Amino acid sequence: MIEIKGLTKRFGKKTVVDNVTAKIQPRTITSFIGPNGAGKSTLLSMVSRLLDADTGDVLLDQTSVKKWKSDRFAKRVSILKQSNYLNVRLTVRELVSFGRYPYSKGRLTDEDEKFVDQALEYMNLTDIQDQFLDELSGGQRQRAFIAMVIAQDTDYILLDEPLNNLDMKHSVQIMKILRKLVDELGKTVVIVLHDINFASVYSDRIVALKNGKLVKDGPTHEIINSKALREIYDMDIPIHEQNGCRICVYFNSHTHAN
Amino acid sequence: MLAGIVLSIISLFIGAIDIKPTDLLDWESDETQIFLISRVPRLMAIILAGAGMSIAGLIMQSLSRNKFVSPTTAGTLDAARLGILISMICFTNATFIQQVIFSFAFALLGTIIFMQILDRIKFKDAIFVPLIGIMYGNILSSITVFFGYEADLLQNISSWLMGSFTLVIAGRYELLYVAVPAILLAYLYANKFTVAGMGEDFAKNLGLSYRFVLNLGLTIVAVITTTVVLTVGVIPFLGLIVPNIVSLYMGDNLRKTIPHTMALGVVFLLICDIIGRVVVHPYEIPVNVTVAVIGSAIFLILLFRGRAYAK
Repeated sequence: MIEIKGLTKRFGKKTVVDNVTAKIQPRTITSFIGPNGAGKSTLLSMVSRLLDADTGDVLLDQTSVKKWKSDRFAKRVSILKQSNYLNVRLTVRELVSFGRYPYSKGRLTDEDEKFVDQALEYMNLTDIQDQFLDELSGGQRQRAFIAMVIAQDTDYILLDEPLNNLDMKHSVQIMKILRKLVDELGKTVVIVLHDINFASVYSDRIVALKNGKLVKDGPTHEIINSKALREIYDMDIPIHEQNGCRICVYFNSHTHAN
Repeated sequence: MLAGIVLSIISLFIGAIDIKPTDLLDWESDETQIFLISRVPRLMAIILAGAGMSIAGLIMQSLSRNKFVSPTTAGTLDAARLGILISMICFTNATFIQQVIFSFAFALLGTIIFMQILDRIKFKDAIFVPLIGIMYGNILSSITVFFGYEADLLQNISSWLMGSFTLVIAGRYELLYVAVPAILLAYLYANKFTVAGMGEDFAKNLGLSYRFVLNLGLTIVAVITTTVVLTVGVIPFLGLIVPNIVSLYMGDNLRKTIPHTMALGVVFLLICDIIGRVVVHPYEIPVNVTVAVIGSAIFLILLFRGRAYAK
């Protein structure tokens, strides 16, 4: 289990994440939502050790993430930031192989190759494994990065806005894959999402932030209602239920000045 | 590879004095002496400098995540030269070792400063970054010229400006062998450089010590650049175009591309050197001139055709 305890991060005078405490439940998809500048990405970066917190701590299995050795940590927690690695020419297979780096330091064993094959298979990339990343579409490229994380074989997979720049079809594909990772492989996925409806339809739990502070933390059905959403977004958002999915119709909502 | 071997043999038998392979059978002949004192060292120097500068460029491009950064476009070469000058000013009779140490320290420091600048600028355009590097290099260079002028050492400095294998004879180029372990190290750490080239976050995610790899890479670059500048002089463009050509057809997985980059670097430099020795035979054109002419043409082609790819 990952426990976030009183995390605070300041950039200059601005407090970006302010005393946030939350727990990430294993085998769930937890979405971080909130308006722009809420501190979602910063929080995710601190959980994954990309950023050091000013105060507070993150515990992985009761041990502070700062005390984990980096190669052992890399076998437990993986993170994908918004991807703009477009200037590196690697083939899909080479990229996915780097997922095995924490295990083999670049010299792939037969077992590593098996993991790579499986990850490619799982993400439906076997046919294009020898193509260069910069020749792929945005959706394919995002799938390649997720395949790398699957090859990394960590219990926790952290994703920072993986749907950025993806069209509807590819966004749905990616979210379905994440759902499968949790349901079939028992992974724990933490994801920063901009689109409230993807969060509503696909996640088990939601952590809502606003101006760096935690506003809501609970199961999805407790958060996706007009009252809670008004607190988070300063908008009156009606909820429509469709085939068991709660859809937030925010496009013509009344917005409050905050 | 094959091209490299053929060109090497051609290189051995081209020069002001005609040497035939049969002359070498006579161990005592003048031809054999010239062959051993001048031609063989020259070939070795070309191979080491060609491979070294290409690898240095490759590492810099990977670590800076910019296709157009190289020792020429990041101030490394200029810093190395400034180092030599400072060592000559500080110690009136600077020994070779002092020059080596100063030049290395400055090359390393100069490159680190460039990487710091790179960290701070927000607008990381593929063309904009090397432009900053070139400006930065020119600033270093003008400092060198200023102090060189004050200390009456301009003549000495210009000899490092010009890359040439003319003066390479046995006893004067052996420093270049220091580049060999540096290149080997680069190959051993190839995977780490590739991972670091994907960015700090990416590297950290995989449990790689990013800072360590970055510093190691810059050290390798400084070692290679220093040895080449001190023995051969400045060879522009080599570290820029060779890795880019290889990247175009092989990608950026350094474990795979390092051998090819080395080979192409050697072949390219051999061709340039042979051209330089043939066109005005029995005199020769310094290799940095031929490299600059051919190199800048290729560079322009890469710029126009490869803009999309470099981004």
